[in-house]
Amino acid sequence: MAETGTTAAGAQGPRKAQSGPVVFRGGGFRPADHRGIGLLVLIMLIGVVELGTRQGWISPLTLPRPSDVFQTLVEFTQSGQLVLNLAPSISRLIIGSALGIAAGIGVGLLIGLFSVIRAGLVPVVAAIFPIPKIALLPLFVIWFGIDEGSKYALIAFGTFTPTVVATYGAVDNVDRTLIRMGQSFGLSWISIVRKIVLPGAMPGILSGLRISLAIGIILLVAAEMLGAEYGIGAYILQAGALYDLERLFAGVLILSVLGILVNAGVSLVEKRLLRWRV
Amino acid sequence: MEIRLDQVSHQYDEVVVLKNICLSVPSGRITCIVGPSGCGKSTLLRFMGGLEQPTHGTLTQLGSPPDGCLNALTYIFQDFALLPWRTVEGNVGLVLEDHRLSSAQRASIIADVLARTNLSDFATALPKQLSGGMKQRVAIARALAVNPAVLLMDEPLSALDSQTRELLMDDLVSLWSRTPFTAVYVTHNLQEAVRLGHQIVVLSRRPGRIHEIVEVDQPLETRTMTDPDLQKKHDHLWGLMREEARAADAELVHG
Repeated sequence: MAETGTTAAGAQGPRKAQSGPVVFRGGGFRPADHRGIGLLVLIMLIGVVELGTRQGWISPLTLPRPSDVFQTLVEFTQSGQLVLNLAPSISRLIIGSALGIAAGIGVGLLIGLFSVIRAGLVPVVAAIFPIPKIALLPLFVIWFGIDEGSKYALIAFGTFTPTVVATYGAVDNVDRTLIRMGQSFGLSWISIVRKIVLPGAMPGILSGLRISLAIGIILLVAAEMLGAEYGIGAYILQAGALYDLERLFAGVLILSVLGILVNAGVSLVEKRLLRWRV
Repeated sequence: MEIRLDQVSHQYDEVVVLKNICLSVPSGRITCIVGPSGCGKSTLLRFMGGLEQPTHGTLTQLGSPPDGCLNALTYIFQDFALLPWRTVEGNVGLVLEDHRLSSAQRASIIADVLARTNLSDFATALPKQLSGGMKQRVAIARALAVNPAVLLMDEPLSALDSQTRELLMDDLVSLWSRTPFTAVYVTHNLQEAVRLGHQIVVLSRRPGRIHEIVEVDQPLETRTMTDPDLQKKHDHLWGLMREEARAADAELVHG
């Protein structure tokens, strides 16, 4: 064997025989799980700001010192103000987005199932979607009053359109062969919708829910501009009016945490409902 | 129950897909439909299942379905069409839920068909856990659960590898031998056709017409792949189809 190897190399003339392990070149281009790096980046960023504000190369007027923000947050919690402000905000978010999402899924299903409704409503939804809902605040006050009603309506309206779009897109993506299978077994229309279309659209609806709820949190602050006495949004707005950066950042931090919690909640629901996914 | 097709023709816009198909699907036997790709054989099956309507001609079902039949014309699909969010027994149960059955009746039907397809141990598995062959067994079990008068099989083994295909063909043969059923079996695989078909309908390429109907009389359970008679039938079928397949292959796809 060794001899034939040398003759083969010899036949190729002056080129040397190069034997060795096969070089691996299939690495990279593959998403891998790197846990903790996100947290590390966040901590480093905060660390840089803390260092900067302490050493004076970041002026306290441009950015508050992270440790002061934390201090504010602790005081805010200890004085009971946190619960006082968070409770109405969360109830507004829950009621408003529940109304918007329920209506959105309903309308989205109707659009997905009936082509006449699709033809009629898709342009309407496309027209409503880009309207900054904040611009309609005065209208909501006239329609629903200055109390909670207008706040619910604003959040509901804001979560409604993305949910509609996500839902009918998800219904469109349900495997047609499954629907055809249902028909071939003589399943009733309602059975096909309930047992095939709805579960099949669930992944799309849930990923739409993430976006809708994030928009809901954004609109929460807008809703609380409407003369709310308590609420995280109201708290942020007050702090902003006074240029109290520590309180402003404390409030923003609470909203961020709220966003992370909502996202984690949706992930949990996804994990439970979509266990069947490959 | 029999199905009779009379002068069935079909066209999509300008393209004539099927032309003057006259065919009778006899009771208690397996009718195979073979033909080059795009000849309209799957369309023909959808007509028989009432999922699509031909532009001309009539389809008649003769005789009444057997007692306890819940869905006379029942499909088995190439891509299995299982609900991924339901377990094996849930998928079989799906087709029983719209019928007035007690939960005990339902459970006994499910247990029975899972036993007949050797799936009893997999009753609570999700489709994603099953191999392709197992998935198609579930689809067969689901079809048997409604006690069909005619089974309409649309390339049921085409998505499977050749070994699994052999195993499932054996399964189908033993199912039929125990209780003969009426079936229409669409395939492009001639070996499947000579192995399972009592009558083999050869379609020409588009527009699909009946080229020839070949009868295979040998009992299903005694057929083997090495049988010279069957090999002769197979070669005869291939002789019929060869030129058609070549021409169909060279055709441009109509957008």
